[in-house]
Amino acid sequence: MTKNFILLSIFVILAGCSGSSSTWGWYVINPMTASGWINIKFLVNGMGATILLSLVAASISMTLGLLVALPGLSDKRGWRIVNRIYVEFVRAIPLLPMLFWVFYGLPIVFKSMGLNVPIDPFWGAVITLALSDSAFTAEIYRAGIQSIAKGQREAAQTIGLTYAQAMRYVILPQAIRRILPPLANQFIYIVKMSAFASVIGMQELTRRANELVVTEYRPLEIYSLLIVEYLVLVLIISAGVRWLERRMGADERR
Amino acid sequence: MTKPAIEMTGVNKWFGDFHVLKDINLTVQTGDRMVICGPSGSGKSTVVRCINRLEKHEKGSIKIDGLEVNDDPKSVAAISADVGMVFQQFNLFPHLSVLDNLTLGPIKARGLSRRDAEERARHYLDRVRIPEQADKRPGQLSGGQQQRVAIARSLCMEPKVLLFDEPTSALDPEMISEVLDVMVALAEEGMTMIVVTHEMGFARKVADQMVFMDQGEIVETGPPSTFFAAPKSKRCQRFLAQILQH
Repeated sequence: MTKNFILLSIFVILAGCSGSSSTWGWYVINPMTASGWINIKFLVNGMGATILLSLVAASISMTLGLLVALPGLSDKRGWRIVNRIYVEFVRAIPLLPMLFWVFYGLPIVFKSMGLNVPIDPFWGAVITLALSDSAFTAEIYRAGIQSIAKGQREAAQTIGLTYAQAMRYVILPQAIRRILPPLANQFIYIVKMSAFASVIGMQELTRRANELVVTEYRPLEIYSLLIVEYLVLVLIISAGVRWLERRMGADERR
Repeated sequence: MTKPAIEMTGVNKWFGDFHVLKDINLTVQTGDRMVICGPSGSGKSTVVRCINRLEKHEKGSIKIDGLEVNDDPKSVAAISADVGMVFQQFNLFPHLSVLDNLTLGPIKARGLSRRDAEERARHYLDRVRIPEQADKRPGQLSGGQQQRVAIARSLCMEPKVLLFDEPTSALDPEMISEVLDVMVALAEEGMTMIVVTHEMGFARKVADQMVFMDQGEIVETGPPSTFFAAPKSKRCQRFLAQILQH
């Protein structure tokens, strides 16, 4: 029953697409024509900004996340509460409102403190993505570190290592193998969420697609290419992560 | 008379409502070997874990070489310098080679050069009779070999007292003796040791002092000759009868 319904739906969609040739206008991004090629270059040129934005935001998020995770692992209740409040609070704010707050609101906060800190679209987006994501990376670190047996920490203590040394030489090197796959997931998430930067005027992939749609009025074709651009980007990241995991796995077996 | 290596007076500890240690008094002189036995849950592991501050005692005092065990950084540093520990589950670092397991503490905590630390590590690997395994990972060794590496790792810190928390309980029977042989050799060299174990043959051979614990209390103490031949308390008699039967 459901199967028939799905088959029927696919047929209707396909028929709808090909039935009338006037719904398609691939010429806007046809690399064989001069104008199509210019359009493609315009769209793909946003790639650098998307990559840079994602990389900077992810690096900050991964550092910040670790700093937030550590108090969550403390045996002192006060520190754990600090961690909980940060994670619950930041995790609860939707990305788009946070972006507006940072881009339009934060400069006013700075001004009221007598500081003149202009926030451009790039840094507005970086701050928002990094903050928002850090609540998730913090939880990933915490779970990864907690999964390392208590005996490892105790053994480190009995050979005289300080807390920081035990983390650096004993716990984190083991935890990182468990942390890496979910952290990579988070990075892919950041790449996709970076599309929101388009609404504050950052010239990345989505913003460029929007601008081209306004002049060419060919949303289907242009957004299709946009989706393919993100797909390629994410597949490249996935391949990189798998390579990294294999390398680390080989290291453990040696 | 010199200060005892370890002196516990009136030590009490609770896990929530559970009174796990009740008024523990123990004295270990330098060079002494004490063996603690008792049924599981009797608090014997907690006693040794309190000595090196893996657990915190709530009442009473523990002194190592006359220095009080507490959260004072000076005390923490002294504990890690003076007291070594061998765990039931070995707790070797699986991501490091055997050699790096042994040199990590001396290099990072003691500030030894890598060359000196490796020299020391190879010396102690010789002592536990596995010099040829230095470059392997712990996961590639048998349980008995892993525990001997763990003993060598403790020795590399050159502690004054070595604690053993059921060092052979996680081992297959055929590997127990290789670990006990190393421990007997250490005892013969005069190492101060506190050993929680059920290996009564080992206890007879090396112990100066036997301690029997049950339900968080020290029920009976004495030299092995009288402890095994004529235990005074009912509980100790029953326990010994059970584990010596086999």
